[in-house]
Amino acid sequence: MNDYLNQVAQQFKSIAPNADFWSLRLTNEVHEAISVRQGVMQPVFNQLARGALLTVVVGDGCGYAASSDLSRGGLKKAMRQASDWALQSSGLGLLKAKDYPRPEGKARYETPVKKHWDELPLNEKVALLQDANKALKINDSIVDWQAYIGYRCDDILFISSAGAHIEQRFHYINPGLVAVANKGSLTQYRTGGGSQSSRQGGLEQLSLLDFPQAATPLAEEAVALLSADECPQGAMDVVLAPSQMILQIHESIGHPLELDRILGDERNYAGTSFVTQDMFGSYRYGSDLLNVSFDPGRTEQLASYAYDDEGTPAQREYIIRNGILERPLGGASSQARAGIQGVANARQADWFRPPIDRMANLNVEPGDKSVEDMISSVENGVYMDTNRSWSIDDSRNKFQFGCELGRVIKNGELKGLVRNPNYRGISATFWRNLVAVGNENSFQVQGVTNCGKGEPNQAIYVGHASPACQFSDVDVFGGAA
Amino acid sequence: MQDYFYSLSDALFTKLEGDEQLLVGFEGEDSDFVRLNRNKIRQAGGVAQRKLSLDLIEGKRHAEASVDLAGNSEQDFNQLVETLKNLRQQRVLLPEDPYLHFSTDINHTEYHHDNEVINSHDAVEQVLQTADDMDLVGIFANGIQYSGFANSIGQRNWHSSANFNFDWSCYHAEDKAVKSNYAGFVWQQDKLTAKIESIKHQLAIISRPSKTIDPGCYRAYLAPSAVSEIINLMSWGGFGLKSHRTKTTPLIQMLEQGRTLAASISLRENHARGLAPIFTGSGFIKPEQVQLIKSGTYQDCLVSSRSAMEYDSVTNAESEYPGALDLAAGNLPVENILKELDTGLYINNLWYLNFSDRNACQLTGMTRFACFWVENGEIQAPVDVMRFDDSVYDLLGTNLLGLTKKRELILDASSYGQRSNSSIELPGVLVNQLRLTL
Repeated sequence: MNDYLNQVAQQFKSIAPNADFWSLRLTNEVHEAISVRQGVMQPVFNQLARGALLTVVVGDGCGYAASSDLSRGGLKKAMRQASDWALQSSGLGLLKAKDYPRPEGKARYETPVKKHWDELPLNEKVALLQDANKALKINDSIVDWQAYIGYRCDDILFISSAGAHIEQRFHYINPGLVAVANKGSLTQYRTGGGSQSSRQGGLEQLSLLDFPQAATPLAEEAVALLSADECPQGAMDVVLAPSQMILQIHESIGHPLELDRILGDERNYAGTSFVTQDMFGSYRYGSDLLNVSFDPGRTEQLASYAYDDEGTPAQREYIIRNGILERPLGGASSQARAGIQGVANARQADWFRPPIDRMANLNVEPGDKSVEDMISSVENGVYMDTNRSWSIDDSRNKFQFGCELGRVIKNGELKGLVRNPNYRGISATFWRNLVAVGNENSFQVQGVTNCGKGEPNQAIYVGHASPACQFSDVDVFGGAA
Repeated sequence: MQDYFYSLSDALFTKLEGDEQLLVGFEGEDSDFVRLNRNKIRQAGGVAQRKLSLDLIEGKRHAEASVDLAGNSEQDFNQLVETLKNLRQQRVLLPEDPYLHFSTDINHTEYHHDNEVINSHDAVEQVLQTADDMDLVGIFANGIQYSGFANSIGQRNWHSSANFNFDWSCYHAEDKAVKSNYAGFVWQQDKLTAKIESIKHQLAIISRPSKTIDPGCYRAYLAPSAVSEIINLMSWGGFGLKSHRTKTTPLIQMLEQGRTLAASISLRENHARGLAPIFTGSGFIKPEQVQLIKSGTYQDCLVSSRSAMEYDSVTNAESEYPGALDLAAGNLPVENILKELDTGLYINNLWYLNFSDRNACQLTGMTRFACFWVENGEIQAPVDVMRFDDSVYDLLGTNLLGLTKKRELILDASSYGQRSNSSIELPGVLVNQLRLTL
């Protein structure tokens, strides 16, 4: 796929270290992002990120070196550095050498694309964003507005001394719309058009994400929120749109089930987990209606791939089935440490960071209720749309989330808008109050582009897909005003 | 590295056409990262990164790019010449940029603090030996960070610094732990030993049966690291000129309603601390200080070069997110803080803050690590983690009882994309009530 990376790989093989095992992950990332804010074209962002991560196992130790110097001399220097760290960690390492994966797979994978980024000339993209800006600026209450599209293409080549040769090319599209309305000291936001829904694929994804069609409706909602009531307070039912479900899944299912957290690697930074190893196979995580999958095969989703960054082939697995916890989100290294089955989710966010356990695509499977069914069953509650605030404890248990927009539900009917909808709860009990799961009609593929974790830090793309869901007896409240 | 950057930039300037101007930025590091868990090495390695940014300008039109360098001058030059061609083609398709703004004065600066790089292998070995019987988890980062700027007008700027940042926690059990940090330029074994011994003392308290606090309002002392989390959240759009003019600042009530914080709150961006480059990516030199809040009243904003052009102001920052904050000290003696607290919560660390109502600067977040219940000036027990939900106008305003005389300088341990060079210096804070909700 990428001739340059294959040349570097060939060169490396000719000087490869005399180690028990080595792997080389070469990356070539191309980014382009364009944005129009308040009718003014912002500087176009172009980026070429290119480098190598070399991992070496020597005796009982393992070390890595990352470098953007892909010359013969640069690779030799990286070899020495990785080998030095392998020797240093020998006998002092948390993992035993036998636990490092030795991948040998051969594969090629590329995101399916119907309309490539380059098929729309730059000036036409700018015109599209200018039109979206006009559609966002509906009146003087809109004080800030923005439309943007980004594209990223990652070429990844992974080779190993065990014979692995895995070439993957990923195409990502990142559109978004922002409308900010203000009246005095009250400001309200609406975002959409793909702002939490970045996907793999090409420009064909834009219309599927309501870009730019959502511009005026979003602006109208932002203005309407200025005169909306505060969200009511009390214990009540909530119906969460997919645009909020993705954060609920991310924070209170995804992170606590990452096996490296359970093994303690993240305790100094991202935190630990209320989940322990003995819970897998028996723990009731949620009601019978809760089914959660790790699904790397949904091609348009942000974290779909054929192999992870430790060279493990990726396949769909149930994480939670009928409410019972089945397996953690842990890659080959973590599985070897814990002695339990996981998934292929060892991933690195950049060419210069080593792989760690990440969420990849983590989805709530559709149920059998329409949104109308759910609304009609609620006597007193709130429908919440689009995450805007998230906070959770370091064991991923006590959470508080806020949304951009709420709608009161009274006696089975959707009523007026409310602003500053917030709710709080505890992961270990919240999912057991899942009383209805939306069907395919409300199922949406979305994702998070800034999931932070790891030491050194890594921010990575993860995918979440979900239908709307209904929860009972939730502690709901509004803002301070 | 400095010579490589300047010679590469000079070579690129020879490729300019007509009235073109070129701004060139450089960011790089040679760093070791050693990740530890259970006082063993989890992942250890080195990272060599070099990134060049280009802004190719003609009149009011321009296009920008950033490229990772290979370190081979011929290969890098050829790649960058190709990038310039692409930017030239892209530029003609773009409209004029009314807010394009770069320095046309020539201001050379040079800062080197990179003569001595500590040996990472030795330092890590000392850590593992000193914490031999402890459950230590964290990250040791060490190496040289580089920043540079050059433009076709002739300006040259350089900043390089060798430093380390060891950020770690020691665990008693489950989520009960003590967090610490040792960062600087010269590694001293006795300082590390003193910090580990202090942790052992705190772990002895942590090991007592924990106390579960009911939701409600409590008198509390927030140590500097906890206060830094509050200030960091305020910084999410709080101090930038653009966010003020677009009414998106969480401090909007200070602007629109004249709300104030306590008179003892004075906050400034202290560029003079010198840990981050003094120059910006558009060639401006930052002023030594920007006073953001003075005696509780909002004062000045951080102004990027684009905002300076848009709002007819003066550039005083690289971005509109602070990186060298400085909260003024108070007069509470820190050695008497338990007596001053009397009965309430001693909070060392807060975690995962976010807004529950941005317009009201109302925050929520969690307590984390070593937090204690104190009665009559004596620590009684560690407390289980609790969620708080409170307003900055209360915590640093109506409910503020005082700030400590002694301040702490915290060097940011984060490393998203590259090692941070941000820092904050601040005191601890005593409040007469903190609202706990869950």
